[in-house]
Amino acid sequence: MNLFFQQIINGMTLGSIYGLVALGLTLVYGILHIPNFAHGALYMVGAFMTYFLMVDIGAHYWVAMAGSAIIVAIVAVLSERLVFHPLRNSPPIHDKIAAIGILLFLEALVQMIWGADFRRISSPYTGILNFDGLIIPEQRLLIIVGAFVLVAALQLFLRKTMTGATIIAMAQNRDGAFLVGIDANRVAMMTFAISGILAAFAATLYAPINLVYPAMGHVVIMKAFVIIILGGMGSIPGAIVGGMIIGFAEAFGGFYISTSYKDIIAFGLLVVILSIRPQGLFTKGAH
Amino acid sequence: MMFKLAALLTRPATKYVFILLALLFPLFAANEYQVYVMSLAFVWAIAVYGLNIITGYCGQLNLAHGGFFAIGAYTLGLLTSDYGWSFWPAFVAALLMTAVLGFITGVISLRLKEHYFAIFTLCVGFIIYMLLDKWEELTHGAIGVRDIAAPYGFGVVDFTDSVPFYYLVLAFLIFSIWFISRLSKSLLGRTFIAIRNGDELAQSLGINLMRNKVLAFVLSTTYAGLAGALYAGMVRFIGPEDANILHTFNLITYLLVGGIGTLFGPLVGTLSIVWLTQSLQFLETYKMILFGPLLVLLVIFFPNGLVGSLLLWMRRKAESMGVAKAPKASRVETSNSATGKEAENNA
Repeated sequence: MNLFFQQIINGMTLGSIYGLVALGLTLVYGILHIPNFAHGALYMVGAFMTYFLMVDIGAHYWVAMAGSAIIVAIVAVLSERLVFHPLRNSPPIHDKIAAIGILLFLEALVQMIWGADFRRISSPYTGILNFDGLIIPEQRLLIIVGAFVLVAALQLFLRKTMTGATIIAMAQNRDGAFLVGIDANRVAMMTFAISGILAAFAATLYAPINLVYPAMGHVVIMKAFVIIILGGMGSIPGAIVGGMIIGFAEAFGGFYISTSYKDIIAFGLLVVILSIRPQGLFTKGAH
Repeated sequence: MMFKLAALLTRPATKYVFILLALLFPLFAANEYQVYVMSLAFVWAIAVYGLNIITGYCGQLNLAHGGFFAIGAYTLGLLTSDYGWSFWPAFVAALLMTAVLGFITGVISLRLKEHYFAIFTLCVGFIIYMLLDKWEELTHGAIGVRDIAAPYGFGVVDFTDSVPFYYLVLAFLIFSIWFISRLSKSLLGRTFIAIRNGDELAQSLGINLMRNKVLAFVLSTTYAGLAGALYAGMVRFIGPEDANILHTFNLITYLLVGGIGTLFGPLVGTLSIVWLTQSLQFLETYKMILFGPLLVLLVIFFPNGLVGSLLLWMRRKAESMGVAKAPKASRVETSNSATGKEAENNA
């Protein structure tokens, strides 16, 4: 029973992280219809910024998290301004190749500055909570609660503020949004900033129980893509549900089937699901 | 002057000059290493030609291409080292293996469009990498495959030398380019271009989308398998890192620099980037710091690449000259505008 409960906690932890990364990805896709392959690099840069602020500057964990979020948001907005904006009228294949270019650049840059070594970030929350035999490490609880709070805050922002409403309007109907005078540039920048912030938070939350290295974004971004395909590209609830599905599939698959193949589970799941339903699990109609 | 030079380059007879130069290259090469690098560049070029079929002509960004390259290399490597096959039967087996796996992947993945296809193939590429890395009973895992047989020369030549191997790769490269030049002029090639220019329009013309896309995909993975098998026979040692997604990104860079959807783009792009990085050896680890922004700048400012931009420039020039002295330049103009239009279609 206890082991089973442990897997639930693991699944929720992984699901929260994947969900946060997938949320940023799906927001950008919903607005600009770009599959941002560079999103994994933003996640990686987020982890390294936290590392830099904590280890080299000596900032507190929470301060480092905020700083990292600001820096990654700036990087994301810059990539939108300098790369995706000039390409807005190009064939879709160009966006994808340009995104790959950004990914390669950010990875090489981080590797040049910090090297390819594996690093660790220490969190102030190393304790273990014991609820009558059910054990939860504090950091994992922080991840789950943090993700929940972030998703709730994002929902509030999108539903209750004018700026958030413009983002939703543009995702729903581009031309309609232009007609009522919504500034597309502002919305695009805002969306990239939010996706960067979510990536940085996810990376900083997950880093203390994982390792930090330049290629750390690869697997995460591919899983995030799997998630948003499962959940329907551009759908916010889809990203959260999809994240949980993949998180649980990995936690239980890794425990009951095989640990060394646990990274394949998500992709295998995608292959199976897309073979049966090419339009994804939760979407209606074809793309 | 520039125009005449460029017109000379696009003359049909010029290709024989280049073939002659390629044949004589080992004589000019300063050392055996340069011959080796050139062979390697040719192997990559064959792989890029494969990518050009599905991505350049057919318009589907396939991010599993490096994975199929690795499957070709592993099929040849494992059959010759673990199962005692000799090179040529294993070589044929490698081509068949990549064609069959390409067919299976294609049938599933090509039901998806655009972004979904790109993301799906990204995942397929990653699954290939993970399997090569983790399936230790079959692939030896991270240790890689050693003792791969060199091509058997039937007692006539010894392909373990770099110069005979160079000619072997050159022969395959010339055959690959010849096949694609035939393909791109055929009805099938034009069908691929029609699919790229618009799925729905092509379908309304009576083109069977699925069958043609799968055919393009199988052709492209077979090219990747051919390149991979040659690579394994040349390097004689392979590991899971050969399936790293970065190799696919490299291939895309070569294709984009040369000119996506053009006949000579893959060759020009591969040779120029490979020799550029050779002369910038010291940058090896950090070359992506240059290549990343290069890729971005290329798609923003020169989406046609070197060859595509040249063809487009030729066409514009020919048009403006055609206006000035129509009767005299008419022959040049028509022949060039045909290629120029193709370049524009490709853009």
